[in-house]
Amino acid sequence: MASVHTETNGPEQPTPGAAESSLTVAGEELRGTSSPKQEANRHSVQLRVNTQLHAVDLDPRTTLLDALREHLHLTGSKKGCDQGQCGACTVLVNGRRINSCLTLAVMHESDAITTVEGLGTPDRMHPMQAAFVEHDGFQCGYCTPGQICSAVAVLDEIASGVPSHVTVDLARPIALSETEIRERMSGNICRCAAYPNIIEAIRTVAGGRP
Amino acid sequence: MKAFTYERPASAAEAAAAAVRIPGAKFIAGGTNLLDLMKLQIETPTHLVDVNSIGFDRIEPTDQGGLRIGALVRNTDLAADPRIRRDYGVLSRAIVSGASGQLRNKATTAGNLLQRTRCPYFYDTDMACNKRTPGSGCAAIGGLNANHAILGASEACIATHPSDMAVAMRALDASVETVAPSGASRSIPIADLHCLPGNTPHVETVLEPGELITAVTLPKPRGGLQLYRKVRERASYAFATVSVALIAKIEEGRLTVDRLAFGGLAHKPWRVEQAEHAVAGAVADSIADVVLSGARPTEQNSYKLPLVRRTLAATLEHARAGASR
Ligand SMILES: Cc1cc2nc3c(=O)[nH]c(=O)nc-3n(C[C@H](O)[C@H](O)[C@H](O)COP(=O)(O)OP(=O)(O)OC[C@H]3O[C@@H](n4cnc5c(N)ncnc54)[C@H](O)[C@@H]3O)c2cc1C
Ligand code: SF4
Ligand code: FES
Ligand code: FES
Repeated sequence: MASVHTETNGPEQPTPGAAESSLTVAGEELRGTSSPKQEANRHSVQLRVNTQLHAVDLDPRTTLLDALREHLHLTGSKKGCDQGQCGACTVLVNGRRINSCLTLAVMHESDAITTVEGLGTPDRMHPMQAAFVEHDGFQCGYCTPGQICSAVAVLDEIASGVPSHVTVDLARPIALSETEIRERMSGNICRCAAYPNIIEAIRTVAGGRP
Repeated sequence: MKAFTYERPASAAEAAAAAVRIPGAKFIAGGTNLLDLMKLQIETPTHLVDVNSIGFDRIEPTDQGGLRIGALVRNTDLAADPRIRRDYGVLSRAIVSGASGQLRNKATTAGNLLQRTRCPYFYDTDMACNKRTPGSGCAAIGGLNANHAILGASEACIATHPSDMAVAMRALDASVETVAPSGASRSIPIADLHCLPGNTPHVETVLEPGELITAVTLPKPRGGLQLYRKVRERASYAFATVSVALIAKIEEGRLTVDRLAFGGLAHKPWRVEQAEHAVAGAVADSIADVVLSGARPTEQNSYKLPLVRRTLAATLEHARAGASR
């Protein structure tokens, strides 16, 4: 049985003095957290993250990414662009990779969400995490949680026959190749350009499969 | 993001009714376009009607031998469906040429059709844009417009429609099924779904307020070689500069064009029926002459004229070689 972690209000306490500055209030609005007058419009949501149930009380504007980072303090998932362009926020929802910055937390009641923290721990790493370490699949590491979540899903997508732009024959099972991996990982940008090692890491894990 | 209220109805009828009950309400499906625009306050709905629990998430055969694609079918699932891959390859190809794996996992059939332009001035709330703020002018005309339309544009707006999927659906002659808040349903040929900008570029489709897309229907398979070729500024994860959806047949050793539609050229997916059968022998330049006869490029995007010719030529060449992509 998953334990229930209840969290209310904490991260929404306005920082001291913030209320006086209209600029800060506008910034709050943009970040998707609440301003005091919207206090009434809140939703109690149960988020199932890394097999744990969390009851959170959210402004409906809260993206899944902000809910994970600011409310559940799972800061593995990163905010790069907040626009669906970089992939740093990639998480798995019901086993499929999505950009958590472009979805609302209230839309994910009862979904099974997996973040990089749920894939493995420093002591018990997921094979993909271990391969990224082994192959130096990063420099600064900012994009890495998104890369790893994405890479895990990519191998599942290939195995289940989801075609990509570089798939040659739509009628046949998809051959796992470097070209396929590169194309499928194009939604994860790495500012440090660790791409060659990222590909190596993914290929190693893919090769280890039957 | 502006504040909004949120609900998640359990049926299409409830969703359509909810969308007119509260002024300023909008549907949200995958959210990958709407939320992006809401963060920038280009879209400011007061109420979101989440349609993810209304069903319509299957692909089913029709009595006419075609397929009915539910509005909530994800782009990934549509592209991967064995029937689509076998009989409507151009649609699979178009979908996987767009966005990223993550986005396609979320993006829905209806949301993809209704995604809004990527004109950079539409996205920049400090700039004039008739589409975003009717009557404010168009910063793209006289601004940076290398990626803008060369066909069907107006003095008010020269934006293009960004969807790849819609171009393939145009080639396949899909129809869009909807339900209105009154409960009435109708079927709209995809050719008529999107509007040209004219003097009202903010009006992008013929959908009425609260009208919900429930499905997209494909006619029975056309067979033939089905290709989608997309030219863009990088090899992956970018919108089309020019794209071509082609259905071609080889008859007595000769290639003939059956269906042809273009992306990246206009405010809607662009198909010129006369160009399809008028030209014997599938000669790229002759077909392109017909397609481009009404073209009015800007100084910066006149490169699209030769690009259309070359992309079409390359696509036909691929088809002749029997390639599937
Ligand atoms: C970085 C990036 C790159 C991209 N690259 C490409 C690309 O190369 N090619 C491409 O084609 N696309 C591309 N896209 C766009 C992507 O395909 C769209 O965002 C997506 O298809 C929208 O679908 P959605 O379900 O998320 O729509 P939403 O964002 O949920 O909705 C979009 C619109 O449709 C309306 N709507 C949704 N469902 C219904 C319904 N059932 N009935 C009536 N109205 C409805 C909503 O109210 C909203 O106005 C890209 C997006 C991003 C962020
Ligand atoms: S081209 Fe259309 S969308 Fe772009 S600035 Fe002009 S009016 Fe706006
Ligand atoms: S933060 Fe979500 S894609 Fe960049
Ligand atoms: S490791 Fe620095 S952004 Fe990828």
